[in-house]
Amino acid sequence: MMKKLLAVLFGFGLVASGAVAEEAHSQAEPTHFPMVMPVEQDWSFAGPFGTYDKGQLQRGLKIYKEVCSACHSMKLVSFRSLEDFGYSEEQVKAFAAEYEVQDGPNADGEMFTRKAGLSDKFPSPYANAEAAAAANNGAAPPDLSLIAKARGAGRGLPLVILDVFTQYAEGGPDYIYGLLTQYGKTPPTGMEIAEGTNYNPGFMSGKALAMAQPITDDQVSYDDGTPQTVDQYARDVSAFLMWASEPHLEVRKQTGFKVMIFLLILGCLVFVTKRRVWAEVAH
Amino acid sequence: MSSEHSTYAPKSGAGKWFDQRLPLARLMHDSFVSYPVPRNLNYAYAFGGILSIMLVIQILTGIVLAMHYSATTSMAFNSVEQTVRDVNSGWLLRYLHSNGASFFFVAVYIHMCRGLYYGSYKAPRELLWILGCVIFLLMMATGFMGYVLPWGQMSFWGATVITGFFTAFPVVGEWIQQLLLGGFAVDNPTLNRFFSLHYLLPFMIAGVVILHVWSLHVSGQTNPTGIEVKSKTDTVAFTPYATIKDAFAMIVFLAVYLYFVFYIPNYLGHPDNYIEANALKTPAHIVPEWYFLPFYAILRAITFNIGPIDSKLGGVLAMFGSIAVLFFLPWLDTSKVRSAVYRPWYKLFFWLFVADVVILGWLGGKPAEGTYVFMAQVATFFYFAFFLIILPVLGLVETPKRLPNSITEAVLEKNKAEPVHA
Repeated sequence: MMKKLLAVLFGFGLVASGAVAEEAHSQAEPTHFPMVMPVEQDWSFAGPFGTYDKGQLQRGLKIYKEVCSACHSMKLVSFRSLEDFGYSEEQVKAFAAEYEVQDGPNADGEMFTRKAGLSDKFPSPYANAEAAAAANNGAAPPDLSLIAKARGAGRGLPLVILDVFTQYAEGGPDYIYGLLTQYGKTPPTGMEIAEGTNYNPGFMSGKALAMAQPITDDQVSYDDGTPQTVDQYARDVSAFLMWASEPHLEVRKQTGFKVMIFLLILGCLVFVTKRRVWAEVAH
Repeated sequence: MSSEHSTYAPKSGAGKWFDQRLPLARLMHDSFVSYPVPRNLNYAYAFGGILSIMLVIQILTGIVLAMHYSATTSMAFNSVEQTVRDVNSGWLLRYLHSNGASFFFVAVYIHMCRGLYYGSYKAPRELLWILGCVIFLLMMATGFMGYVLPWGQMSFWGATVITGFFTAFPVVGEWIQQLLLGGFAVDNPTLNRFFSLHYLLPFMIAGVVILHVWSLHVSGQTNPTGIEVKSKTDTVAFTPYATIKDAFAMIVFLAVYLYFVFYIPNYLGHPDNYIEANALKTPAHIVPEWYFLPFYAILRAITFNIGPIDSKLGGVLAMFGSIAVLFFLPWLDTSKVRSAVYRPWYKLFFWLFVADVVILGWLGGKPAEGTYVFMAQVATFFYFAFFLIILPVLGLVETPKRLPNSITEAVLEKNKAEPVHA
């Protein structure tokens, strides 16, 4: 009875949480997005022992700094956390010093700007959401601090159940990668694309989005010999954004492993004790 | 089964001194050590203990999280993120608490199903069951308000939709909604009072849990046979027998819960809740947390007017009714036999009912359109029919299997059939 109950209730939780919709769509007037579902990529941070690839995070940071940050804020991420990438404190200080932040008021009651320090967050490109919207055709570019956890295309059955066992939690980066690599495609015949929007079959909220193709081959130079392609850029910046969303992912998974081992041993001991205690009592 | 004869004997002088003035140790001893429990309890009976552990985990993590939380619309979202990013082990506290809510509901649903399957609500345990239903209601209120606190998109829009239910009631509806919101829309006063209530309700749950356990210790536990304890051979002492078995079940349950916390902490959440609440931008699909989905499906299944009751009020009544009906369960089930083990037809309908609730949960996550609406209507009909038609009628027409004379007899019979299984 217990086994059946558990299975049923478990299945219920899984089905329900992933029930966001998938299904087919007609060519010219699709009703479900994204038109092309994200493809699972190979991420270093996936799985029970996943860790971030520091080189990849450094490259992703470079892309964010040189490309994304022109429009997208990342206001929850502080400079000091960049030490996660293998940079020394001095290096991070030097990096932060390239940014200016507003501070104050000083003793005279004046606001002033100063170089950013370790405890500062990434400064935003616009003063407020209204300014951001006004500068971008009315659509404010979203903050990127949590974007890798705030995006995910529905998985549908049976994937949504398998995801529990495969520990699939990379829907965000897979989606971002899919979006960034599917610009420049030709819309199916008959599909209308609104003025000022850009067709992208990887976009989860419609046929096209306000953001134009943000990056092209060779736009950002890498000094570690990594290919300077849109595909590689998309991969690196997606990994970087995953880190921004979940900076404690590595310690979380490492702690989890210790906890699981502990519970396994404790569980075995308690089970053996239970057998002993009940050995004389038919039940 | 209440312990008329306490076996507690304090050994030390201090123990005796206290026992004559405040026999707390005696109460604990009589309730959790010498307390007799049926010898045939299976692991389905471990969920009461598991639930109390979950309540403690939620209260402890919640108190610490509240130290870092700011219940102001302009700061709530960021204060949660600050906790996750900058507080020592803040990520762990947050994920323990958010997943803890889900697993609290996993445990309570299994606990309720166990009660339903073994007829634990029947006389003399009606009040025990009703107190459980009160706890369930308080849990739902707590869970709902807790989900609003991170002030994400689903927090905000979930709160808007759910408080909107109350406007369906004639005359007092809008007044109730405004009282809940502290205004005309979900805003800072809403967040403040939800935080206050979210902190209060768990302690009310703890209070009702004490009544629930008290009531349990007066009537004694049921068991898979549904036969009352008749002699001493039917029972074993709570400690060590139930203690060690519950401990093992707790470890297994904790392992599943912590697997989610450490490896897929956002699996049961919604990505939209990582977007800060925005009153001007409605999400494409507003869905409550998974544990509310069956009730959400029932709400949306009523798409037609019934006489003077319009579809909106009808939906709200059906949703509240689906929980209210649980309170009357002890009197709706007319069978003289408790356990489904001896009720072949009831057993079948019980599993159909569980499947029905699972289907309702699935439908609750789907958009309310097309065939989904019809399916939800059929499933809603079955939900109510189970309580209002099937249970009363089955008790009268079903022929139960032969009942053993006692728990001991049932246990010995079972062990004869499978002698290897100790």
